[in-house]
Amino acid sequence: MQVLNTPTQSTNSLQTQEPFLVIDNLTKVYPTATGDFVVLDGISLGVNEGEFVCVIGHSGCGKSTLLDMVAGFRQPTEGEVRLQTQTISEPGPDRMVVFQNYSLLPWLTAYENIYLGVNSVFPNKPEAAKKHIVMEHLAMVGLADVANKKPSALSGGMKQRVCIARALALRPKVLILDEPFGALDPITREELQEELLKIWQDHQITVLMITHDIDEALFLSDRVVMMTNGPAAKIGEVMQVPFARPRDRARMMEDPKFYELRNEALDFLYHRYAHDDT
Amino acid sequence: MTAPLDIRPARSRVNLQHLGSQAVNWLKGLIPPAVAILIFLAIWQLLTMGPDANLPTPIRTVSDTWELIINPFFNYGGTDKGLFWQVFTSLQRVALGFTLAAVVGIALGILVGTSSLMYSALDPLFQILRTVPPLAWLPISLAAFQQANPSAIFVIFITAIWPIIINTTEGVRQIPQDYNNVARVLRLSKSEYFFKILFPATVPYIFTGLRIGIGLSWLAIVAAEMLIGGVGIGFFIWDAWNSSRISDIIIAIIYVGIVGLLLDRLIVFVGGLVLPEEQKQ
Repeated sequence: MQVLNTPTQSTNSLQTQEPFLVIDNLTKVYPTATGDFVVLDGISLGVNEGEFVCVIGHSGCGKSTLLDMVAGFRQPTEGEVRLQTQTISEPGPDRMVVFQNYSLLPWLTAYENIYLGVNSVFPNKPEAAKKHIVMEHLAMVGLADVANKKPSALSGGMKQRVCIARALALRPKVLILDEPFGALDPITREELQEELLKIWQDHQITVLMITHDIDEALFLSDRVVMMTNGPAAKIGEVMQVPFARPRDRARMMEDPKFYELRNEALDFLYHRYAHDDT
Repeated sequence: MTAPLDIRPARSRVNLQHLGSQAVNWLKGLIPPAVAILIFLAIWQLLTMGPDANLPTPIRTVSDTWELIINPFFNYGGTDKGLFWQVFTSLQRVALGFTLAAVVGIALGILVGTSSLMYSALDPLFQILRTVPPLAWLPISLAAFQQANPSAIFVIFITAIWPIIINTTEGVRQIPQDYNNVARVLRLSKSEYFFKILFPATVPYIFTGLRIGIGLSWLAIVAAEMLIGGVGIGFFIWDAWNSSRISDIIIAIIYVGIVGLLLDRLIVFVGGLVLPEEQKQ
Protein backbone atom coordinates (compact mmCIF):
# COMPACT_ATOMS: atom_id res chain seq x y z
CA MET A 1 0.00 0.00 0.00
CA GLN A 2 2.85 2.37 0.77
CA VAL A 3 3.63 3.98 -2.53
CA LEU A 4 5.19 6.94 -0.80
CA ASN A 5 8.43 8.53 -1.78
CA THR A 6 11.28 6.40 -0.49
CA PRO A 7 13.02 8.12 2.37
CA THR A 8 16.57 9.28 2.00
CA GLN A 9 17.74 8.74 5.52
CA SER A 10 21.38 9.45 4.71
CA THR A 11 22.16 12.79 6.21
CA ASN A 12 25.91 12.76 6.06
CA SER A 13 26.47 11.76 2.47
CA LEU A 14 28.22 14.29 0.33
CA GLN A 15 25.17 16.36 -0.47
CA THR A 16 25.43 19.55 -2.32
CA GLN A 17 21.67 19.99 -2.27
CA GLU A 18 19.99 21.44 0.79
CA PRO A 19 17.87 19.47 3.27
CA PHE A 20 14.24 18.55 2.54
CA LEU A 21 12.79 21.32 4.67
CA VAL A 22 14.84 24.43 5.29
CA ILE A 23 14.01 27.13 7.80
CA ASP A 24 16.35 29.86 6.68
CA ASN A 25 17.19 32.73 9.01
CA LEU A 26 13.55 33.24 9.95
CA THR A 27 12.60 36.42 11.80
CA LYS A 28 9.11 37.47 12.79
CA VAL A 29 8.42 41.00 13.98
CA TYR A 30 5.04 42.37 14.98
CA PRO A 31 4.80 46.15 14.84
CA THR A 32 3.06 47.43 17.96
CA ALA A 33 2.16 50.86 19.28
CA THR A 34 5.22 50.84 21.52
CA GLY A 35 7.60 49.74 18.78
CA ASP A 36 8.48 46.51 17.07
CA PHE A 37 7.95 43.27 18.95
CA VAL A 38 10.39 40.62 17.81
CA VAL A 39 8.93 37.16 18.31
CA LEU A 40 11.53 35.07 16.53
CA ASP A 41 15.03 36.21 15.75
CA GLY A 42 16.99 34.43 13.06
CA ILE A 43 15.83 30.81 13.31
CA SER A 44 17.68 28.44 11.00
CA LEU A 45 17.05 24.72 10.87
CA GLY A 46 17.31 22.01 8.25
CA VAL A 47 15.08 18.96 8.46
CA ASN A 48 15.90 15.89 6.41
CA GLU A 49 13.33 13.85 4.60
CA GLY A 50 11.78 11.27 6.89
CA GLU A 51 13.15 12.92 10.00
CA PHE A 52 11.11 13.42 13.18
CA VAL A 53 11.96 16.75 14.80
CA CYS A 54 10.43 18.08 17.99
CA VAL A 55 10.53 21.74 19.00
CA ILE A 56 10.31 22.46 22.71
CA GLY A 57 10.37 25.70 24.65
CA HIS A 58 8.36 27.63 27.16
CA SER A 59 4.94 28.89 26.22
CA GLY A 60 5.13 32.27 24.56
CA CYS A 61 8.53 31.56 23.02
CA GLY A 62 7.13 31.65 19.52
CA LYS A 63 7.01 27.92 18.77
CA SER A 64 3.55 28.22 17.31
CA THR A 65 4.56 31.26 15.27
CA LEU A 66 7.41 29.20 13.86
CA LEU A 67 5.05 26.36 12.93
CA ASP A 68 2.54 28.81 11.46
CA MET A 69 5.23 30.09 9.12
CA VAL A 70 6.22 26.57 8.07
CA ALA A 71 2.53 25.81 7.49
CA GLY A 72 2.19 29.07 5.58
CA PHE A 73 -0.47 30.67 7.79
CA ARG A 74 1.84 33.59 8.53
CA GLN A 75 4.58 35.21 6.54
CA PRO A 76 8.02 35.75 8.02
CA THR A 77 9.30 39.31 8.33
CA GLU A 78 12.72 38.18 7.18
CA GLY A 79 14.10 34.91 5.88
CA GLU A 80 12.06 32.11 4.38
CA VAL A 81 10.97 28.52 4.67
CA ARG A 82 11.71 26.20 1.77
CA LEU A 83 10.30 22.75 1.14
CA GLN A 84 12.26 20.89 -1.53
CA THR A 85 13.83 24.25 -2.46
CA GLN A 86 10.39 25.80 -3.06
CA THR A 87 9.69 28.89 -0.98
CA ILE A 88 6.56 28.54 1.12
CA SER A 89 4.12 31.38 0.62
CA GLU A 90 0.74 29.95 1.57
CA PRO A 91 -0.82 26.99 3.37
CA GLY A 92 -1.23 23.82 1.39
CA PRO A 93 -1.97 20.13 1.78
CA ASP A 94 1.70 19.22 1.28
CA ARG A 95 2.22 20.53 4.83
CA MET A 96 -0.76 19.18 6.75
CA VAL A 97 -1.26 20.52 10.22
CA VAL A 98 -2.67 18.66 13.21
CA PHE A 99 -3.91 21.28 15.63
CA GLN A 100 -4.03 20.97 19.39
CA ASN A 101 -7.76 21.63 19.52
CA TYR A 102 -8.58 19.06 16.81
CA SER A 103 -10.25 21.53 14.43
CA LEU A 104 -12.66 18.94 13.11
CA LEU A 105 -15.84 20.39 11.68
CA PRO A 106 -18.51 19.50 14.22
CA TRP A 107 -21.32 19.20 11.66
CA LEU A 108 -19.48 16.56 9.62
CA THR A 109 -18.89 12.94 10.59
CA ALA A 110 -15.38 11.58 11.00
CA TYR A 111 -15.66 10.16 7.48
CA GLU A 112 -16.91 13.43 5.99
CA ASN A 113 -14.21 15.44 7.74
CA ILE A 114 -11.53 13.37 6.05
CA TYR A 115 -13.43 13.15 2.78
CA LEU A 116 -13.63 16.96 2.58
CA GLY A 117 -9.83 17.11 2.42
CA VAL A 118 -9.42 14.13 0.13
CA ASN A 119 -12.00 15.50 -2.28
CA SER A 120 -10.34 18.92 -2.31
CA VAL A 121 -6.80 17.63 -2.79
CA PHE A 122 -7.52 14.78 -5.22
CA PRO A 123 -10.52 16.13 -7.16
CA ASN A 124 -9.84 13.97 -10.19
CA LYS A 125 -9.71 10.61 -8.46
CA PRO A 126 -12.75 8.39 -8.99
CA GLU A 127 -15.27 8.36 -6.18
CA ALA A 128 -14.42 4.79 -5.16
CA ALA A 129 -10.73 5.66 -4.82
CA LYS A 130 -11.51 8.68 -2.64
CA LYS A 131 -13.77 6.57 -0.46
CA HIS A 132 -11.07 3.94 -0.19
CA ILE A 133 -8.47 6.52 0.91
CA VAL A 134 -10.77 7.80 3.65
CA MET A 135 -11.64 4.36 4.98
CA GLU A 136 -8.05 3.17 4.75
CA HIS A 137 -6.84 6.03 6.91
CA LEU A 138 -9.68 5.71 9.39
CA ALA A 139 -8.73 2.04 9.70
CA MET A 140 -5.09 3.03 10.12
CA VAL A 141 -5.94 4.90 13.33
CA GLY A 142 -8.37 2.14 14.40
CA LEU A 143 -11.53 4.17 13.92
CA ALA A 144 -13.20 2.48 10.93
CA ASP A 145 -16.23 1.60 13.05
CA VAL A 146 -16.91 5.19 14.12
CA ALA A 147 -16.68 6.59 10.59
CA ASN A 148 -20.24 7.88 10.76
CA LYS A 149 -19.99 9.48 14.19
CA LYS A 150 -19.77 13.22 14.61
CA PRO A 151 -16.82 14.65 16.56
CA SER A 152 -19.05 15.38 19.56
CA ALA A 153 -19.58 11.63 19.97
CA LEU A 154 -15.82 10.95 19.98
CA SER A 155 -13.35 11.18 22.86
CA GLY A 156 -10.44 13.61 22.73
CA GLY A 157 -8.05 10.83 21.75
CA MET A 158 -10.37 9.66 18.98
CA LYS A 159 -10.77 13.20 17.64
CA GLN A 160 -7.01 13.61 17.47
CA ARG A 161 -6.75 10.24 15.70
CA VAL A 162 -9.25 11.49 13.11
CA CYS A 163 -7.12 14.62 12.67
CA ILE A 164 -4.01 12.55 12.12
CA ALA A 165 -5.91 10.34 9.67
CA ARG A 166 -7.18 13.44 7.83
CA ALA A 167 -3.66 14.83 7.61
CA LEU A 168 -2.09 11.61 6.35
CA ALA A 169 -4.88 10.86 3.88
CA LEU A 170 -3.67 13.85 1.86
CA ARG A 171 -0.17 12.36 1.52
CA PRO A 172 1.61 15.45 2.85
CA LYS A 173 5.35 15.89 2.45
CA VAL A 174 5.60 17.27 5.96
CA LEU A 175 3.32 16.57 8.89
CA ILE A 176 3.12 19.51 11.27
CA LEU A 177 1.82 18.84 14.76
CA ASP A 178 1.13 21.71 17.16
CA GLU A 179 1.08 20.21 20.66
CA PRO A 180 -1.26 17.52 19.37
CA PHE A 181 -1.57 15.58 22.61
CA GLY A 182 -1.55 18.52 25.01
CA ALA A 183 -5.25 18.27 25.83
CA LEU A 184 -5.28 14.50 26.36
CA ASP A 185 -5.00 12.48 29.56
CA PRO A 186 -1.59 10.85 30.18
CA ILE A 187 -2.65 7.31 29.25
CA THR A 188 -4.30 8.33 25.97
CA ARG A 189 -1.32 10.54 25.27
CA GLU A 190 1.12 7.62 25.56
CA GLU A 191 -1.09 5.46 23.36
CA LEU A 192 -1.24 8.12 20.70
CA GLN A 193 2.51 8.76 20.87
CA GLU A 194 3.08 5.09 20.13
CA GLU A 195 0.54 5.13 17.32
CA LEU A 196 2.09 8.24 15.83
CA LEU A 197 5.52 6.65 15.96
CA LYS A 198 4.24 3.56 14.19
CA ILE A 199 2.49 5.64 11.53
CA TRP A 200 5.63 7.71 11.04
CA GLN A 201 7.70 4.55 10.61
CA ASP A 202 5.23 3.03 8.17
CA HIS A 203 4.82 6.19 6.11
CA GLN A 204 8.40 7.46 6.46
CA ILE A 205 7.00 10.95 6.60
CA THR A 206 8.83 14.07 7.72
CA VAL A 207 7.43 15.33 11.02
CA LEU A 208 7.82 18.68 12.72
CA MET A 209 6.13 18.70 16.09
CA ILE A 210 5.77 21.21 18.89
CA THR A 211 5.51 19.91 22.42
CA HIS A 212 5.87 20.98 26.02
CA ASP A 213 6.71 17.51 27.13
CA ILE A 214 10.39 16.57 27.26
CA ASP A 215 9.69 12.84 27.64
CA GLU A 216 7.41 12.97 24.62
CA ALA A 217 10.08 14.74 22.57
CA LEU A 218 12.77 12.23 23.57
CA PHE A 219 10.53 9.23 22.91
CA LEU A 220 9.43 10.39 19.48
CA SER A 221 12.07 12.45 17.79
CA ASP A 222 15.41 12.13 16.07
CA ARG A 223 16.35 15.63 17.16
CA VAL A 224 14.98 17.95 19.80
CA VAL A 225 15.18 21.64 19.00
CA MET A 226 15.19 23.70 22.18
CA MET A 227 14.21 27.31 21.89
CA THR A 228 15.23 30.18 24.11
CA ASN A 229 12.62 32.37 25.74
CA GLY A 230 10.87 35.07 23.82
CA PRO A 231 10.79 37.82 22.88
CA ALA A 232 13.35 37.43 20.11
CA ALA A 233 13.53 33.68 20.62
CA LYS A 234 16.33 31.78 18.98
CA ILE A 235 17.28 28.15 18.72
CA GLY A 236 19.24 27.49 21.90
CA GLU A 237 20.37 23.95 21.36
CA VAL A 238 19.66 21.02 19.10
CA MET A 239 19.86 17.66 20.82
CA GLN A 240 20.43 14.43 18.94
CA VAL A 241 18.32 11.58 20.28
CA PRO A 242 20.32 8.41 19.64
CA PHE A 243 17.88 5.68 20.73
CA ALA A 244 17.48 2.86 18.25
CA ARG A 245 14.23 2.42 16.40
CA PRO A 246 11.69 0.99 16.69
CA ARG A 247 11.63 2.45 20.14
CA ASP A 248 10.24 0.80 23.20
CA ARG A 249 9.20 3.16 25.95
CA ALA A 250 10.07 0.81 28.82
CA ARG A 251 13.50 -0.03 27.39
CA MET A 252 14.25 3.59 26.69
CA MET A 253 13.34 4.56 30.24
CA GLU A 254 15.93 2.09 31.55
CA ASP A 255 18.67 3.60 29.46
CA PRO A 256 20.93 5.91 31.49
CA LYS A 257 21.40 7.95 28.33
CA PHE A 258 17.70 8.85 28.50
CA TYR A 259 18.15 10.50 31.90
CA GLU A 260 21.30 12.20 30.75
CA LEU A 261 19.42 13.80 27.84
CA ARG A 262 16.36 14.48 29.93
CA ASN A 263 18.43 16.30 32.56
CA GLU A 264 20.20 18.25 29.88
CA ALA A 265 16.88 19.38 28.43
CA LEU A 266 15.46 20.15 31.88
CA ASP A 267 18.57 22.12 32.71
CA PHE A 268 18.15 24.08 29.51
CA LEU A 269 14.50 24.85 30.12
CA TYR A 270 14.46 25.40 33.87
CA HIS A 271 17.88 26.80 34.68
CA ARG A 272 19.46 28.42 31.71
CA TYR A 273 16.16 29.60 30.21
CA ALA A 274 13.84 29.50 33.18
CA HIS A 275 10.56 31.14 32.50
CA ASP A 276 10.47 34.67 33.83
CA ASP A 277 7.21 34.45 35.67
CA THR A 278 7.79 31.13 37.43
CA MET B 1 -31.49 21.94 24.06
CA THR B 2 -32.50 18.30 23.94
CA ALA B 3 -30.29 15.29 24.41
CA PRO B 4 -29.82 13.13 21.32
CA LEU B 5 -32.35 10.33 21.18
CA ASP B 6 -30.80 7.07 22.19
CA ILE B 7 -32.22 4.17 20.27
CA ARG B 8 -31.91 1.01 22.30
CA PRO B 9 -34.41 -1.56 21.02
CA ALA B 10 -34.02 -4.15 23.78
CA ARG B 11 -35.36 -1.95 26.55
CA SER B 12 -38.96 -1.35 25.64
CA ARG B 13 -40.39 -2.29 29.05
CA VAL B 14 -38.09 0.08 30.85
CA ASN B 15 -38.95 2.71 28.27
CA LEU B 16 -42.67 2.32 28.91
CA GLN B 17 -42.11 2.91 32.58
CA HIS B 18 -39.85 5.77 31.70
CA LEU B 19 -42.56 7.25 29.47
CA GLY B 20 -45.09 7.05 32.29
CA SER B 21 -42.85 8.85 34.74
CA GLN B 22 -42.13 11.43 32.04
CA ALA B 23 -45.85 12.11 31.64
CA VAL B 24 -46.19 12.55 35.40
CA ASN B 25 -43.25 14.96 35.41
CA TRP B 26 -44.81 16.88 32.56
CA LEU B 27 -48.11 17.20 34.42
CA LYS B 28 -46.23 18.29 37.54
CA GLY B 29 -44.57 20.96 35.44
CA LEU B 30 -48.00 22.33 34.54
CA ILE B 31 -49.02 22.96 38.14
CA PRO B 32 -46.98 26.13 38.87
CA PRO B 33 -48.11 28.07 35.75
CA ALA B 34 -51.74 26.95 36.31
CA VAL B 35 -51.62 28.25 39.88
CA ALA B 36 -50.06 31.51 38.68
CA ILE B 37 -52.85 32.00 36.13
CA LEU B 38 -55.50 31.32 38.75
CA ILE B 39 -53.94 33.88 41.11
CA PHE B 40 -53.76 36.39 38.27
CA LEU B 41 -57.44 35.84 37.40
CA ALA B 42 -58.40 36.21 41.06
CA ILE B 43 -56.56 39.54 41.36
CA TRP B 44 -58.16 40.72 38.10
CA GLN B 45 -61.60 39.71 39.39
CA LEU B 46 -61.00 41.53 42.72
CA LEU B 47 -59.74 44.72 41.05
CA THR B 48 -62.64 44.95 38.58
CA MET B 49 -65.51 43.86 40.86
CA GLY B 50 -66.35 47.38 42.01
CA PRO B 51 -69.38 49.18 40.47
CA ASP B 52 -67.29 51.89 38.78
CA ALA B 53 -64.49 49.70 37.41
CA ASN B 54 -63.41 50.68 33.88
CA LEU B 55 -62.49 47.18 32.78
CA PRO B 56 -64.67 44.05 32.73
CA THR B 57 -64.08 41.18 35.13
CA PRO B 58 -62.70 37.92 33.71
CA ILE B 59 -66.12 36.30 33.98
CA ARG B 60 -67.75 39.23 32.22
CA THR B 61 -65.05 39.16 29.53
CA VAL B 62 -65.78 35.52 28.74
CA SER B 63 -69.55 35.98 28.72
CA ASP B 64 -69.29 39.11 26.53
CA THR B 65 -67.07 37.44 23.98
CA TRP B 66 -68.50 33.93 24.11
CA GLU B 67 -69.56 34.24 20.49
CA LEU B 68 -66.00 35.15 19.44
CA ILE B 69 -64.45 32.39 21.50
CA ILE B 70 -66.62 29.51 20.31
CA ASN B 71 -66.79 30.59 16.70
CA PRO B 72 -63.50 31.95 15.41
CA PHE B 73 -64.42 31.11 11.81
CA PHE B 74 -67.48 33.26 11.10
CA ASN B 75 -67.35 35.59 8.13
CA TYR B 76 -70.07 38.19 7.70
CA GLY B 77 -68.17 40.09 5.01
CA GLY B 78 -66.12 43.30 5.28
CA THR B 79 -64.12 43.46 8.49
CA ASP B 80 -66.75 41.52 10.42
CA LYS B 81 -64.89 38.27 10.59
CA GLY B 82 -64.03 35.74 13.28
CA LEU B 83 -60.77 35.96 15.18
CA PHE B 84 -59.25 33.15 13.12
CA TRP B 85 -59.63 35.19 9.93
CA GLN B 86 -58.33 38.33 11.62
CA VAL B 87 -55.22 36.52 12.87
CA PHE B 88 -54.86 34.67 9.58
CA THR B 89 -54.80 37.92 7.61
CA SER B 90 -52.19 39.39 9.94
CA LEU B 91 -50.13 36.20 9.68
CA GLN B 92 -50.20 36.37 5.88
CA ARG B 93 -48.69 39.84 6.00
CA VAL B 94 -46.09 38.68 8.51
CA ALA B 95 -45.27 35.61 6.42
CA LEU B 96 -44.66 37.68 3.32
CA GLY B 97 -42.71 40.49 4.99
CA PHE B 98 -40.72 38.14 7.20
CA THR B 99 -39.81 35.75 4.37
CA LEU B 100 -38.53 38.67 2.31
CA ALA B 101 -36.59 39.95 5.32
CA ALA B 102 -35.07 36.50 5.92
CA VAL B 103 -33.93 36.03 2.32
CA VAL B 104 -32.53 39.55 1.91
CA GLY B 105 -31.20 39.69 5.49
CA ILE B 106 -29.28 36.40 5.35
CA ALA B 107 -27.79 37.25 1.94
CA LEU B 108 -26.77 40.74 3.03
CA GLY B 109 -25.48 39.45 6.35
CA ILE B 110 -23.21 36.92 4.67
CA LEU B 111 -21.98 39.54 2.22
CA VAL B 112 -21.22 42.05 4.95
CA GLY B 113 -19.70 39.41 7.22
CA THR B 114 -17.26 38.12 4.61
CA SER B 115 -15.97 41.51 3.51
CA SER B 116 -14.36 43.79 6.04
CA LEU B 117 -14.76 46.73 3.66
CA MET B 118 -18.52 46.15 3.45
CA TYR B 119 -18.61 45.64 7.19
CA SER B 120 -16.94 48.93 8.01
CA ALA B 121 -19.08 50.70 5.41
CA LEU B 122 -22.48 49.27 6.29
CA ASP B 123 -22.42 48.18 9.92
CA PRO B 124 -22.79 51.74 11.34
CA LEU B 125 -25.75 52.27 9.03
CA PHE B 126 -27.41 49.06 10.21
CA GLN B 127 -26.79 49.98 13.83
CA ILE B 128 -28.62 53.28 13.32
CA LEU B 129 -31.50 51.90 11.29
CA ARG B 130 -32.21 49.01 13.63
CA THR B 131 -33.13 51.44 16.42
CA VAL B 132 -35.90 53.06 14.34
CA PRO B 133 -39.29 52.05 15.80
CA PRO B 134 -41.36 49.98 13.34
CA LEU B 135 -44.20 52.49 13.11
CA ALA B 136 -41.85 55.29 12.11
CA TRP B 137 -41.46 53.43 8.80
CA LEU B 138 -45.20 53.38 8.11
CA PRO B 139 -45.74 56.95 6.83
CA ILE B 140 -42.77 56.76 4.50
CA SER B 141 -43.86 53.38 3.15
CA LEU B 142 -47.42 54.67 2.68
CA ALA B 143 -45.93 57.54 0.73
CA ALA B 144 -43.89 55.16 -1.37
CA PHE B 145 -46.49 52.42 -1.99
CA GLN B 146 -49.68 54.50 -1.85
CA GLN B 147 -51.51 51.40 -0.60
CA ALA B 148 -52.17 50.02 2.86
CA ASN B 149 -51.32 46.35 2.40
CA PRO B 150 -47.89 46.65 0.74
CA SER B 151 -47.02 49.32 3.28
CA ALA B 152 -47.83 47.00 6.18
CA ILE B 153 -45.76 44.24 4.59
CA PHE B 154 -42.88 46.66 4.07
CA VAL B 155 -43.04 47.67 7.73
CA ILE B 156 -42.71 43.98 8.70
CA PHE B 157 -39.81 43.59 6.27
CA ILE B 158 -37.90 46.62 7.47
CA THR B 159 -38.51 45.73 11.13
CA ALA B 160 -37.43 42.11 10.90
CA ILE B 161 -34.43 42.56 8.62
CA TRP B 162 -31.98 44.29 11.01
CA PRO B 163 -31.62 41.57 13.62
CA ILE B 164 -31.33 39.01 10.80
CA ILE B 165 -28.57 40.97 9.05
CA ILE B 166 -26.72 41.78 12.24
CA ASN B 167 -26.81 38.24 13.62
CA THR B 168 -25.83 36.67 10.30
CA THR B 169 -22.92 39.10 9.97
CA GLU B 170 -21.84 38.30 13.50
CA GLY B 171 -22.07 34.58 12.79
CA VAL B 172 -19.82 34.87 9.75
CA ARG B 173 -17.32 36.97 11.67
CA GLN B 174 -17.32 34.52 14.58
CA ILE B 175 -16.33 31.50 12.49
CA PRO B 176 -13.52 29.96 14.55
CA GLN B 177 -10.08 30.66 13.13
CA ASP B 178 -9.41 26.91 13.30
CA TYR B 179 -12.08 26.22 10.70
CA ASN B 180 -10.69 28.91 8.43
CA ASN B 181 -7.22 27.44 8.87
CA VAL B 182 -8.56 24.03 7.88
CA ALA B 183 -10.10 25.59 4.78
CA ARG B 184 -6.82 27.29 3.92
CA VAL B 185 -4.61 24.26 4.38
CA LEU B 186 -7.03 22.05 2.41
CA ARG B 187 -7.34 24.81 -0.19
CA LEU B 188 -11.11 24.38 -0.27
CA SER B 189 -12.89 25.90 -3.23
CA LYS B 190 -15.11 28.92 -2.62
CA SER B 191 -18.31 26.93 -2.92
CA GLU B 192 -17.03 24.17 -0.68
CA TYR B 193 -15.95 26.72 1.92
CA PHE B 194 -19.40 28.26 1.75
CA PHE B 195 -21.41 25.05 2.08
CA LYS B 196 -19.14 23.04 4.35
CA ILE B 197 -17.78 25.73 6.69
CA LEU B 198 -19.29 29.20 6.43
CA PHE B 199 -22.95 28.29 6.25
CA PRO B 200 -23.06 25.52 8.88
CA ALA B 201 -20.99 27.67 11.25
CA THR B 202 -23.36 30.61 10.77
CA VAL B 203 -26.69 28.77 10.97
CA PRO B 204 -27.09 29.06 14.78
CA TYR B 205 -26.58 32.82 14.54
CA ILE B 206 -29.01 33.06 11.64
CA PHE B 207 -31.69 31.35 13.71
CA THR B 208 -31.08 33.72 16.60
CA GLY B 209 -31.66 36.57 14.16
CA LEU B 210 -34.77 34.94 12.71
CA ARG B 211 -36.18 34.41 16.18
CA ILE B 212 -35.71 38.05 17.16
CA GLY B 213 -37.03 39.08 13.74
CA ILE B 214 -40.25 37.09 13.95
CA GLY B 215 -40.95 38.52 17.41
CA LEU B 216 -40.45 42.06 16.16
CA SER B 217 -42.61 41.36 13.08
CA TRP B 218 -45.50 40.30 15.23
CA LEU B 219 -45.09 43.36 17.45
CA ALA B 220 -45.01 45.58 14.39
CA ILE B 221 -47.97 44.12 12.50
CA VAL B 222 -50.42 44.68 15.36
CA ALA B 223 -49.37 48.31 15.63
CA ALA B 224 -49.29 48.88 11.86
CA GLU B 225 -52.71 47.37 11.32
CA MET B 226 -54.23 49.72 13.87
CA LEU B 227 -53.25 52.52 11.54
CA ILE B 228 -53.94 51.00 8.13
CA GLY B 229 -57.35 49.47 8.94
CA GLY B 230 -59.02 46.61 7.08
CA VAL B 231 -59.03 43.00 8.24
CA GLY B 232 -56.35 42.03 10.73
CA ILE B 233 -55.99 41.48 14.44
CA GLY B 234 -54.45 44.94 14.94
CA PHE B 235 -57.38 46.77 13.41
CA PHE B 236 -59.79 44.43 15.19
CA ILE B 237 -58.39 45.73 18.50
CA TRP B 238 -58.60 49.34 17.35
CA ASP B 239 -62.12 48.85 16.04
CA ALA B 240 -63.19 47.24 19.33
CA TRP B 241 -61.80 50.25 21.22
CA ASN B 242 -63.72 52.65 19.00
CA SER B 243 -66.95 50.76 19.66
CA SER B 244 -66.15 50.34 23.38
CA ARG B 245 -66.04 46.52 23.19
CA ILE B 246 -63.39 46.23 25.91
CA SER B 247 -63.94 42.49 26.39
CA ASP B 248 -63.16 41.93 22.69
CA ILE B 249 -59.86 43.76 23.14
CA ILE B 250 -58.88 41.49 26.00
CA ILE B 251 -59.68 38.33 24.02
CA ALA B 252 -57.76 39.69 21.02
CA ILE B 253 -54.74 40.43 23.23
CA ILE B 254 -54.77 36.85 24.45
CA TYR B 255 -54.89 35.67 20.82
CA VAL B 256 -52.00 37.96 19.90
CA GLY B 257 -49.93 36.65 22.78
CA ILE B 258 -50.59 33.00 21.98
CA VAL B 259 -49.89 33.45 18.26
CA GLY B 260 -46.67 35.34 19.05
CA LEU B 261 -45.55 32.48 21.27
CA LEU B 262 -46.41 29.93 18.58
CA LEU B 263 -44.41 31.89 15.97
CA ASP B 264 -41.41 31.92 18.30
CA ARG B 265 -41.76 28.18 18.96
CA LEU B 266 -42.08 27.57 15.22
CA ILE B 267 -38.70 29.18 14.54
CA VAL B 268 -37.14 27.23 17.41
CA PHE B 269 -38.69 24.04 16.03
CA VAL B 270 -37.42 24.66 12.50
CA GLY B 271 -34.04 25.58 13.94
CA GLY B 272 -34.02 22.27 15.81
CA LEU B 273 -34.62 20.41 12.56
CA VAL B 274 -31.90 22.28 10.70
CA LEU B 275 -29.23 22.68 13.36
CA PRO B 276 -26.89 19.77 13.92
CA GLU B 277 -27.10 18.41 17.46
CA GLU B 278 -23.61 19.71 18.21
CA GLN B 279 -24.49 23.33 17.65
CA LYS B 280 -27.53 23.67 19.81
CA GLN B 281 -26.98 25.89 22.76
